[in-house]
Amino acid sequence: MRYHLMTMTATLALVAGAAAAEEVRVYNWSDYIDEALLTKFEEETGIDLIYDVFDSNELLETKMLAGGSGYDVVVPSGTFLQRQITAGAFQKLDKSKLPNLDNMWDVVRERTAQYDPEHDYSINYMWGTTGIGVNVGEVTKRLGEDAPIDSLELIFNPENMEKLADCGVHFLDAPAEMIPAALNYVGEDPNSHDPEVIAKAGEVFGAIRPYIQKFHSSEYINGLANGDICVAVGWSGDVLQARDRAAEAGNGVEIAYNAPKEGAQMWFDMMAIPADAPNPDGAHKFLNFILDAENMAQASNYVYYANGNKASQEYLVDDVINDPAIYPSQETLDNLFTTTPYGAKVQRVVTRLWTKIKSGT
Amino acid sequence: MKLRRFFLLLPPYLWLLALFLVPFLIVLKISLSDIALAIPPYTPTLDIGAGWDSFRTFLSGLDFENFVFLTQDDLYWKAYLSSLRIAFIATALTLLVGYPIAYGMAQSAAEWRPTLMMLVILPFWTSFLIRVYSWMGILSTEGFLNQLLLWIGVIDAPLTILNTNVAVYIGIVYTYLPFMILPIYATLEKLDESLLEAAEDLGCSRITAFWLITIPLSRSGIIAGCFLVFIPTIGEFVIPSLLGGSQTLMIGKVLWEEFFNNRDWPVASAVAVILLLILIVPILLFQRNQQKQQEAEQ
Repeated sequence: MRYHLMTMTATLALVAGAAAAEEVRVYNWSDYIDEALLTKFEEETGIDLIYDVFDSNELLETKMLAGGSGYDVVVPSGTFLQRQITAGAFQKLDKSKLPNLDNMWDVVRERTAQYDPEHDYSINYMWGTTGIGVNVGEVTKRLGEDAPIDSLELIFNPENMEKLADCGVHFLDAPAEMIPAALNYVGEDPNSHDPEVIAKAGEVFGAIRPYIQKFHSSEYINGLANGDICVAVGWSGDVLQARDRAAEAGNGVEIAYNAPKEGAQMWFDMMAIPADAPNPDGAHKFLNFILDAENMAQASNYVYYANGNKASQEYLVDDVINDPAIYPSQETLDNLFTTTPYGAKVQRVVTRLWTKIKSGT
Repeated sequence: MKLRRFFLLLPPYLWLLALFLVPFLIVLKISLSDIALAIPPYTPTLDIGAGWDSFRTFLSGLDFENFVFLTQDDLYWKAYLSSLRIAFIATALTLLVGYPIAYGMAQSAAEWRPTLMMLVILPFWTSFLIRVYSWMGILSTEGFLNQLLLWIGVIDAPLTILNTNVAVYIGIVYTYLPFMILPIYATLEKLDESLLEAAEDLGCSRITAFWLITIPLSRSGIIAGCFLVFIPTIGEFVIPSLLGGSQTLMIGKVLWEEFFNNRDWPVASAVAVILLLILIVPILLFQRNQQKQQEAEQ
C-alpha cells in the first residue's frame, strides 16, 4: 500500500524567479523526520523538496528493482540495501560532495560495513531495534504485575497472547524481522536461511495467530498512543513516539518499549542514491544536509531514534542520548543480532510462509 | 467491398493486439522466467537486437517452474476458490439489491427517469478509492454506523464490521451496484406493458405476472449485470485490502503480495495468467449471451 502523505513545495524558488526550479525527490519511512528540517533544507538551498513516505522495505525494493522510480534519495534498511547494491540499483556516492561525512560514528560504521563494506553507496540515517511496545496498565491488568513485558514470552507464548487478545495485539508486517524473532524464541539461529528451520517460525505463529489483531507497520503508533491496542511488536523509535503522543494527550495511557531480553534484531536505515536518480547533485546536497551534526540531532530528538552521527551527540536532548531504549547500554548491544539477506529462492519460501501466517491458512 | 470491410475491422483488431495481446504475452513471458536479483528482477530478458542465437538461448531459459510452484502450495488454490466464492455471493447480493432499484426506476414516471439514472451514475464522479475509504469511516467500531445503531439502541456494544468479509461484501455491492442496475433497467424500460395487461385480463395475479413475464423478459439484463459484477470482482484488490481483514483471502490480494512483498514477478505473473484463464470461461459465456441477444433482436 502506498502512503503518499505529503508533498513539500517551496515558494522560495518561485520568488527567486527560477524558470525551472531544481527538485530533489526523497522517499523515506513514514514518521521519520522533523518536518521543520524539510523547510530548512528548501530555505538553505533553494531546491524544491518532494518528500514521499513508505512503510515497507519490500515495497521500496519493488520500486527499486522495477527501475525508474524517479527518486533521488531512498532509505532501505541494511539487508535490503545490500541486495539492491548487488542488483545495481544504486550509484556510488561522490564523497567530495559530502564534507560532513567526517561526522560519522565509527561504532555504527563498523556494523553497517557488513552491508556496504566501503560505504561507497550509503550513509547511515538512523538505527534501532525491533522490540515490544506495551500499554503497561492494560497488560498488567491481564497478566499481573510481573507480566514479561521485556521477553518474547509475552508475544509468542499462546497462554499470554490469549489473555491479551481482547485489548489488541499488532505485529509488524515485515517478514524479514518477524520470522527471525520467532526463530529466536524457539532457540534457533534467527539468521537461518534453511527452509526447514524457517518453517518452525510458521508453527510459532500458528499457535498465536488467532490472538493477533493485525499485521501493519505504521498504524500501531497511533493505536498504542490512543489506547486502541495494548501490545505492538514494532520499531523502537515508533513505540517511543507513541509513548510521547500518549503523554502529550494526557489520556492516562502509559507506553513502555523493551528490546526482548532473549535478543533483539538491530537494524540500520541507510540513505542511498538510485542509479537512475534524475538529480544526483541535489541528492548529494540533501545527504550532506542530513549529515550536518545539528540537523541530524534535530531529527533524532524528534523521532526518538539513534543515529550514526558522532558529532550530533552533543546536540541530542537528555531523554534521547540517555535513554537506554534509544542508545542501548553495552550489555544490551552485545545481545542484539543482525541478519543477512535471503537468497531469491529462500526469499520465496519466507514470504509465502508470511502470506500463510497472515491469512491464517 | 472486401477491402472496405478489412479496413473497418482493422482498428478494433489493432486495439486488441496492442492493449490486450501484447501485454498478455509480456506477462506470459515473465511467468516463464526465473526470479533474479537485478533490474528488472527476472531472467532471461530478451535483447531484440542480438539476433537468432540470443533468441534461442532466451527461449531455452524459459520453463514452467513457476506454474509447478503454484500447484505445490494450497494457498493459491484456496485464494482462487475463495475469490470465486466471494464474487458469487457478492453478485447474488448485488442482484437482490439492484433489481428492485432498476424495477422501481422503470416503473417511475417518464420525466423522473433521467434524474434517477443520473443519481445512479453520480457516485462515479468521485474517485473509487475515496468512496471505499469513506466506507472505512462508516464501518469502523467508532464509525458512523455503529454510533447510529448505539444511539437508536439496537445494539449495546459496537459491531466489528470493518476488516471482516461482511465489510468486503458491503464494499463490493456498493461499488458495483450501478453495473447491475443499468443493464436490468435497460431491458425493463423496453418491456411491453400490454403483455402484463393481457396477463391480468387472463386472471393472472400481479405477482404471478411478475414472475411469468417481467423476470423472463429481463433475463438478458440480469445475465449481463451479473457478469459485469462477477468478472471484475474475482480479481478485486482495493476493496478486500482496505475493508477486509487479514483473513480475507482473495487472489487479487495474493497477486499484489507476490509482486510487492515477495518481489517475485515470475510467480506473480503465473498467478495472473491462471487468473485470466479462469476468467475466460465467464467472459466467453457473457459473449455468447450478448450474441444470442443480438440475434434475437434482429
